[in-house]
Amino acid sequence: MVMTTAPGTLAAHALSRFGFGAGPGDLDRVKSDPRGWVESQLTPRPLPAILGQHQGSAPRVATLLAARKAKGEVEEMAKKQAREQYRADIAIRTRLAAGSDAPLQERLVQFWSNHFTVSTQRPAIAPLGLAYENEAIRPHILGNFRDMARAAILHPAMLIYLDNAQSIGPDSKAGQKRDKGLNENLGREALELHLLGVDGGYHQDDVRAMALVLTGWTLDEERGTASFNPRRHQPGEKVLLGQRIPESGIAEAAAAIDMLCAHPATANHVAQKLARHFIADDPPPTAVTALAKAFRDSRGDLAHVTATLVKMDAAWAQPLSKMRSPNDFITATLRASAVEIPDDRIVNAMNLLGQMPFAAPSPAGWPDKAADWTGPDAILRRIDWSLAFGQRLGAKLDARAFVDTALGDLADDGLRQAVARAPSPAEALGLVLSSPAFQRR
Amino acid sequence: MMLHRRHFIATAGAAGLLAASSPRLSLAAAGTDRRLVMIVLRGAMDGLGAVVPYADPDYRSVRGTLALAEPGQEGGVLDLDGRFGLHPALAALHEWWGQKQLLAVHAIATPYRDRSHFDAQDLLDTGGIRAGDDSGWLNRALARLDGGGKGLGLSLGQGVPLVLRGSVPVASWAPSPLPEPTMDFMDRVAGLYSNDPVLGPALMAGLGVADMANGMDGNKKRDGGKDRLILAETAGRMLSDPAGPRIATLELSGWDTHVGQGTLQGRLPNALGQLAETMVTLRTSMQGVWDQTLIAIVTEFGRTIRPNGTGGTDHGTAGVALLAGGGLNGGRVLGDWPGLRDDKLFEGRDLAPTTDMRALLKGVLAGHLGLPAADIDRYVFPDAKSIRAMPDLVRA
Repeated sequence: MVMTTAPGTLAAHALSRFGFGAGPGDLDRVKSDPRGWVESQLTPRPLPAILGQHQGSAPRVATLLAARKAKGEVEEMAKKQAREQYRADIAIRTRLAAGSDAPLQERLVQFWSNHFTVSTQRPAIAPLGLAYENEAIRPHILGNFRDMARAAILHPAMLIYLDNAQSIGPDSKAGQKRDKGLNENLGREALELHLLGVDGGYHQDDVRAMALVLTGWTLDEERGTASFNPRRHQPGEKVLLGQRIPESGIAEAAAAIDMLCAHPATANHVAQKLARHFIADDPPPTAVTALAKAFRDSRGDLAHVTATLVKMDAAWAQPLSKMRSPNDFITATLRASAVEIPDDRIVNAMNLLGQMPFAAPSPAGWPDKAADWTGPDAILRRIDWSLAFGQRLGAKLDARAFVDTALGDLADDGLRQAVARAPSPAEALGLVLSSPAFQRR
Repeated sequence: MMLHRRHFIATAGAAGLLAASSPRLSLAAAGTDRRLVMIVLRGAMDGLGAVVPYADPDYRSVRGTLALAEPGQEGGVLDLDGRFGLHPALAALHEWWGQKQLLAVHAIATPYRDRSHFDAQDLLDTGGIRAGDDSGWLNRALARLDGGGKGLGLSLGQGVPLVLRGSVPVASWAPSPLPEPTMDFMDRVAGLYSNDPVLGPALMAGLGVADMANGMDGNKKRDGGKDRLILAETAGRMLSDPAGPRIATLELSGWDTHVGQGTLQGRLPNALGQLAETMVTLRTSMQGVWDQTLIAIVTEFGRTIRPNGTGGTDHGTAGVALLAGGGLNGGRVLGDWPGLRDDKLFEGRDLAPTTDMRALLKGVLAGHLGLPAADIDRYVFPDAKSIRAMPDLVRA
């Protein structure tokens, strides 16, 4: 099946499925060897320059905590600054994905960042999302899952988001002194969402054990970093999934996370999510099984797992069936149009279409099925936005050329005719962006 | 001159474009004058914080720092029946209680006994007994209404929650500041979508409702954090339209109060205040059809009886559901109260479930929408045949 597909279609497939669609020249560049182009992205690349200059999470966490204490005008100023940082970060992230020459890596960053979600549902997260992603997720997309899990679960942003910064072992020194204690939030979501998955065979006792393991992991308020405070850590051995985690204070979290990463349920959970994202809403079970095996065999080596994924025929099945999320849709529009768009307009688009980065509705992250993004109003809004984009840029971008740049062989005759017959350049561009082909990846 | 989407539907229908999936065109078949609004509280509302069992002898000791004062005291709960009181942030609804237009069911839970938000919400939405089903019970109920429910379902929000997803096409709507394209442009897009099994039906369902909303809401501008109220107000007006939708869903978040839950100030009172405000807005905008309206408020599970170590509560089991409406047989707290004594708790930490959520939902479908019991058992809640529908929820 794959063999008979025209090279142009395969190139468009590669760019859409594994990246953020095609920009000017992409289809020509990729056409000679679409699979090779995807596989060439499985080696880590240097950190994009703009992220090298980005302020890390530590100063922002420190500012946040200091402002909370100061209250009043200082706190208001800090909140205002945080909102500005958040908006700037969204623009940086979106431009980076839209302009990347290794878009698979940017997609992996966003995929894993969503797997280990932190969200502005807790407003403190707003200025931290991008820094968290840069520090905990990006370095590990082609490294080991275990390292990513440790970095993400113990990152200050996660400790804030899922309340662990305040969780105290009931029998710890701090716990005995004050009327404070355990919070199960991070312990539960680490098992359910990050690692084993909801059917991973754990029970309420395991949730509590994981929460106890994580006690003591809090914030160094001055430095703004994660720190381990032994006075808050629950003493004694913990038993997690029937395995003993001997008392070892700071070392317990890593030991527990490593043990959970090696559990077959984690391999299945991760395989299912990857297959759903890169293959189909309901991926073939054989693909999931193969990915889980690659995960287990390589002990969570994500370069190996990703290589297994991109080489699967299932990942190249035609036609493209995944629906672009609003974030994918906007990023694809920016990549295809390759025009300079002001920060505010990027952020407003994300907001209007209902997917502000780092603002998922729950710790489960953004959903990843077509039905989640194709509500009638959501589709109408995409069309409204597409036309508005056309009205702004129709004079600069020739829609006929845009079809060739963005969709190539994925554009059918119906779309080409509609573009040719459109009454204005604005509407022609609006139609391309609204088209069924441009909604898929 | 701006041509409106309403005209588009009419002309597109005449042109034979996907006419069958347009809600506006099928509304003539609307089979019920009853309105049902499901408000789904995502994140698990603390039932003990909303409908407070202040007279339970163990209440104060188990709730500790989260306990509220008795009725009549400063910051006290608003008495319901001598056993339970409403959180003061729900004061607006206390008036409804007096009018017998509010009802609570305590110690209620879905059949789900683990504590994952996501699986629990899944079961709350599908009405099933295992996660992973792909149609919502409310969509299956829609299909049993006259005309197969076409044009009667509306999700308030850009997307459609699982509870309302399924074989019956439903609409969704949320306020938007984007300019509206011309009818001609939408016609061209509809041409591109005519063979698309996902986008085609979504577009047609969206167009019908967007137009209805515009016709009522001259000013589409958003007002900062008031989106929720614009949503409720417009929803109320759409539901009041004789040719409009009958069944709507609205989701509210902010209930996962692991930290800083608070008593009179904090996350729970904030969320409760927003819920009350939303309900008051709905009622005001549905004045003309209020007697035919029922609002049902459900959440995926309750929260722990005792506060956790960070001034909040963790995931629990049984909680509270609320009903409100002009035709309600209200002013009652239903459900067997299991008590808060240690040996009465579920797994030593949660309120024990005594009422199955599906008993309430079946009671709503039968009593309010008039769905035959056999249809409910066969099509809507096939896994709950042995669960008896709660009787007498609405006035005869």
